[in-house]
Amino acid sequence: MGGSTVRTALKYLALLGYLVFLAFPLAWLLSTALKTPQEMASLDPTWIPRNPTLANFADAFGEQDIVGSAARSMVVALASAVITVLVALPAAYALARFRSTLNKVAIGWVLVSQVFPVILIIIPLFMVLRRLELVNTLPGLALVHVTFTLPFALWMLQGYVRAIPRELEEAASVDGAGRLRALASVVAPLLVPGVVATLLFAFISSWNEFLFALVVLKDPEVATLPLTLVKFTGPEGVVRLGPLAAASLLATIPSLAFFAIIQRRLRSGLMAGAVKG
Amino acid sequence: MTLTAARPAGTRRRPARSRSGGRETFLLLLPALVPVLVLSVGPLLYGILLAFTDARSGRNTETSFVGLANFGDLLADGDFWESFRIGMVWAVSVTVLQFLASLGLALLLNQDLRLRGFARVLALVPWAMPPVVIGLMWRLVYHPDAGILNAVLGTDVDWLNDFSVALPAVILVGVWMGMPQTTVVLLAGLQNVPKELYEAAGVDGAGVWRRFWNITLPQLRPVIVAITSLDFVWNINQFSLVYVLTQGGPGGRTRLPMLFAYEEAFRYGFFGYAATLGVAITIVVLAVLGLYLWRQMREAD
Repeated sequence: MGGSTVRTALKYLALLGYLVFLAFPLAWLLSTALKTPQEMASLDPTWIPRNPTLANFADAFGEQDIVGSAARSMVVALASAVITVLVALPAAYALARFRSTLNKVAIGWVLVSQVFPVILIIIPLFMVLRRLELVNTLPGLALVHVTFTLPFALWMLQGYVRAIPRELEEAASVDGAGRLRALASVVAPLLVPGVVATLLFAFISSWNEFLFALVVLKDPEVATLPLTLVKFTGPEGVVRLGPLAAASLLATIPSLAFFAIIQRRLRSGLMAGAVKG
Repeated sequence: MTLTAARPAGTRRRPARSRSGGRETFLLLLPALVPVLVLSVGPLLYGILLAFTDARSGRNTETSFVGLANFGDLLADGDFWESFRIGMVWAVSVTVLQFLASLGLALLLNQDLRLRGFARVLALVPWAMPPVVIGLMWRLVYHPDAGILNAVLGTDVDWLNDFSVALPAVILVGVWMGMPQTTVVLLAGLQNVPKELYEAAGVDGAGVWRRFWNITLPQLRPVIVAITSLDFVWNINQFSLVYVLTQGGPGGRTRLPMLFAYEEAFRYGFFGYAATLGVAITIVVLAVLGLYLWRQMREAD
C-alpha cells in the first residue's frame, strides 16, 4: 500500500514538472504581453503584471507594419492553400483510385522531400523566381509555398479519397451517371471534410513559414508577419517587448484554431508527423 | 481515413475498367504532376546539380562545372567542420532528450491520473505555434534584463549571447518545441500495446520495471525507431527557430549547418558552395539513418 502511494505521488510530481516546463514560457509570453512599458523597463521582472493592460494589443494593431504584414500573410496563405488543393486534388484522386507505380513514386516523393534540406530547393527556386521577376513579390512567395506544401497535401488528400468506398461511385455509375456526374454528386460531398483539412494544413504551413519568406521577400514593404515579428524589436530594446509579445500571441491564433479543430485526430495519432515544426 | 478498414471484405475485387485506366490516370495526374515536377522535383535536382558548379548569386556571372571541387573546399573549410560539429551536437542531443522527455510524458499521460486531459492539451500547444513565435517567446524568457529565467534563478546570465551557454540554451528550446509530435506518436504507440501482454505478465508477478523493459519497450520499438529517425532529420535541417533565437551567434556557437548554408548562399552569394553543403548534409543524414535503421533491424531479429 505504502509503496503505491509513494509511486502515485511521484507520478504526480513528474507530471507537475512537465506541466511547469511546458507552460512557463507560455505564461511568460502572456505576462509580457500584459505589461506596461514602464514595468518592462524596470529591473525586477515579476510573473504577475502590476498594472495589467491590453494596451500592447492595441499597440500591435496600431502598428502599420504588423497589420499590413498580417494582411499579406493572409493573402499568401489563402492563395497558396487554394492553389495547392486545386493542383493536388485530381492527382490525389487518381493516386487513390488507380493502382500504378506512380502511386509508390508519389509516396516515395513525400518521404524523400522530408530528408533533403530545404536549402537545396530554395536556391534553385530563388534563381527561377529572379528570372521571372517574382522576387520580392507575394505571388512569388505563394508559388514557393505551393511547392513546399504540395507533396504532403497530395498524400493527405489521397488518404481521404481512399476512405470513400469505391462502391458508392460504382453504384452511381450503375444508375446511369457518368464518371463526372458520379464524382460531382457522390465523391465531392464526402470529400469536403478532407479538402477542408488539407486547405487548413496548407494555410497554416504558409502562415507560419519563415525561411522561404526571408529569402524571397527582401523588401520590408512586402514582408509577411513572421518576418516583421522577427525584425520588430530594434535598438529601442525592452520597451517594445510588450507589443511584440502581444503581436506574437495574435499571430498564433490561426494555427491554434487549426489545432483545436484537428486535435482529436492528432491525439489518436493518425495525423502524427503531419505538421512539421 | 478510418473508413478504409470498415470496407466490406467481399467487395475488394477491382472493376475491369481500372485496368484500362492508364490513359485516364495519366490525364488526371498530369495537372498535378507537372507543377510537382516543375516546382518541387525539378528544383531539387537542379539544386543537387548546382553543388557541382561555381554558381554565384550575381545576375550576369558565368556558371561552369567544377566537378567535385566544392566538396574538396568543403572538406578543407574549418568553418564548415565547426558548423557540422555544432549541428551534430544539436541534432543528437535534441533528438535524444526529446525522446526521453516525450517517453516519460507519454507514459504518464497513458495512466489514469488527474489533470491528464489538461496535460494532453497543453502538450500539444507548442506544436500549434509558429516556429518564429516560439523563438521570440524564448527570447523573452532568456532576456538578460526583462527575462524570467534570471529573475527566477537569481542569476545574471545573457543566455543567448554567452559562448558556453548559448548552445545548451538553444537545445532546450529545441526539445520544448519538438516534444508534442514525439509525445503524440509515442502515446499512440503505447495505446496500441495489447493489454493481454500486461495481464499475462501480471500473473507472472513481473514488476513495473520488468514489464516496461520486457513488454512496453519491445512493443514500442518500431514507433520509437520511426519517430527518432524523423526527429533527427527535422532537427539537423532546423533553421527558423535558431535563426530567430541567435542568428547563429555568439561567434558562430549556434551556427547550425542550415544557417551556415543560408549565409553562404544569401549573404555571400555562393550558391554552388551552399548547395554542396546541402548535398553533404543529405549524405550524412542518409548514412546516419541507414546505420541506425540497419542496427535496429538487426537487433529486432
